[in-house]
Amino acid sequence: MEYTDSEMMIVCSARALAGERVVFVGVGLPNIACNLARHTVSPNLELVYESGVFGARPARLPLSIGDPSLVSGAASVCSMADLFMNYLLGGRIEVAFLGAAQIDRYGNINTTVIGDYHHPQIRLPGSGGACEIAIHARKVYVIVRLSRRTFVERVGFVTSPGHLSGEPGQRAALDMPGLGPQLVVTDKAVFRFDRSTGEMMLSSLHPGVTPETVQAEVGWPLAVAPDLETTLPPTEQELRLIRQELDPGQLYSR
Amino acid sequence: MKPDTKVMTMRDAIATYVKDGDTLALEGFTHSIPFAAGHEIIRQGRRELTLCRLTPDLLYDQMVAAGCVRKLVFSYLGNPGVGSLHCIRRAIENAIPRPLEIEEYSHFGMVARYTAGAAHLPFFPVRSYQGTDLHRANPLIRFVESPYGDGPVGVVPPLNPDVTIVHAPRADARGNTQFWGLLGVQKEAAFAARQVIVTVEEIVDEGVIRSDPNRTLIPHLVVDAVVRQPRGAHPAYVQGYYDRDGEFYLEWDRISRDPGLTAAWLQEWVYGVPDWEGYLDKLESRQAEIWQRLAPGTALSEPVNYGVYGG
Repeated sequence: MEYTDSEMMIVCSARALAGERVVFVGVGLPNIACNLARHTVSPNLELVYESGVFGARPARLPLSIGDPSLVSGAASVCSMADLFMNYLLGGRIEVAFLGAAQIDRYGNINTTVIGDYHHPQIRLPGSGGACEIAIHARKVYVIVRLSRRTFVERVGFVTSPGHLSGEPGQRAALDMPGLGPQLVVTDKAVFRFDRSTGEMMLSSLHPGVTPETVQAEVGWPLAVAPDLETTLPPTEQELRLIRQELDPGQLYSR
Repeated sequence: MKPDTKVMTMRDAIATYVKDGDTLALEGFTHSIPFAAGHEIIRQGRRELTLCRLTPDLLYDQMVAAGCVRKLVFSYLGNPGVGSLHCIRRAIENAIPRPLEIEEYSHFGMVARYTAGAAHLPFFPVRSYQGTDLHRANPLIRFVESPYGDGPVGVVPPLNPDVTIVHAPRADARGNTQFWGLLGVQKEAAFAARQVIVTVEEIVDEGVIRSDPNRTLIPHLVVDAVVRQPRGAHPAYVQGYYDRDGEFYLEWDRISRDPGLTAAWLQEWVYGVPDWEGYLDKLESRQAEIWQRLAPGTALSEPVNYGVYGG
């Protein structure tokens, strides 16, 4: 069956939620991925939104993380002070999704600025909750399209810390409870991180993609996992759920 | 003590409480953003404001474009689900219509600032910012040594707005204000402020409030003015009253990319109408079906029994 790059990204992200119980959701592809996981690999997955929602059951595709459909039928709606302190800082979040304008070799993320902070070329949205999420969520999954503009050797500004300069123990020394980025899902390939070096490595190629294609879009000499795999394409069931239930207007999965 | 009935018109409330040079927080996280109040501030020509909000959203984009703003204190600059806030970007990147000073945090940093402001704490400890460049960009984010021997801990200063303005489903005439749906930081921002204006979909009898006191997040104790302003959060939404006008959020992306279109929009929809009723009339004359389009249907909560104890 034919599928789009976005559908592949949704499916890869959803499968990586197998066995997880509490996920911090972002809008767009992560939202569809988390809902797909709830229908497939992780039926008891609880969806948490930084807007203050625990256990969301959105009846439509939310257009933002503050969408009213996240509230109706949720298990709990709380203030943002509650959400950040008791859920995120309290260590209750197992996986969180982040996006990135830039991500580097060690999974550090920039969503603040391109160019000098005080005289920016491009002013990006900033942290939102991402800085805290990157520090406190047990695992961070990044969803981002593969591009040389995005995959840079060193980010110009660290908004959300990854594995810093890669030396083991750095995160713990800086009092970060979370393990940092574990997975990067793109439209061409999936990346994981080397535990001893903190470095991003190519872990799975989507069907028809070569390592050279991926390297051409990455701004440093890319490490390759010894057990490099080919991503299993989306199944008919996964595509049916995305197209008929989760994103029928194909707003994000086109 | 604050007076017993605080019901005012929007015009009087803004004229009375919002001054040039004030630090303001118009809060509401995607939900229940006080657009009507913001438009009245623009219309009354306030200048040199410091605007605080986690997510400046379209409202602060419009207030920056209108030239009301000297400085922005925030944690996420985006048109939610759509893209950039183009007017604020123009101000930061190219000083159009004027230079805009910024003071930037993360969401929890802002939550912590309001919380410290409300409780008159000297600072609030946060386990954020280590390993980032955010504290280099904002020298008010600092690190202190933990007095309990766990190494450095981040701190942010209290935030005490001169005026906090929030929009809510309902309040009584004294200002006891009830919320449901996303709660954002409205309570903390109100308690942190020197003066508070609440704008509401409905003003209800005190008995309605007292029948469900758990929903009263902002008590009359801290409220200075209550403004009845139905649909006062459009194009944002109020849970159970009307949906978010996603079409306008997309439309603003197109308008706000162009300074000329933005100025024309402000002229037509803000300066060119006498008040929010004028805005709503214009909206309904352009889109007869708008409130049907945004009607959310009904999902009532089960009533709870608070019990009768004595008397």
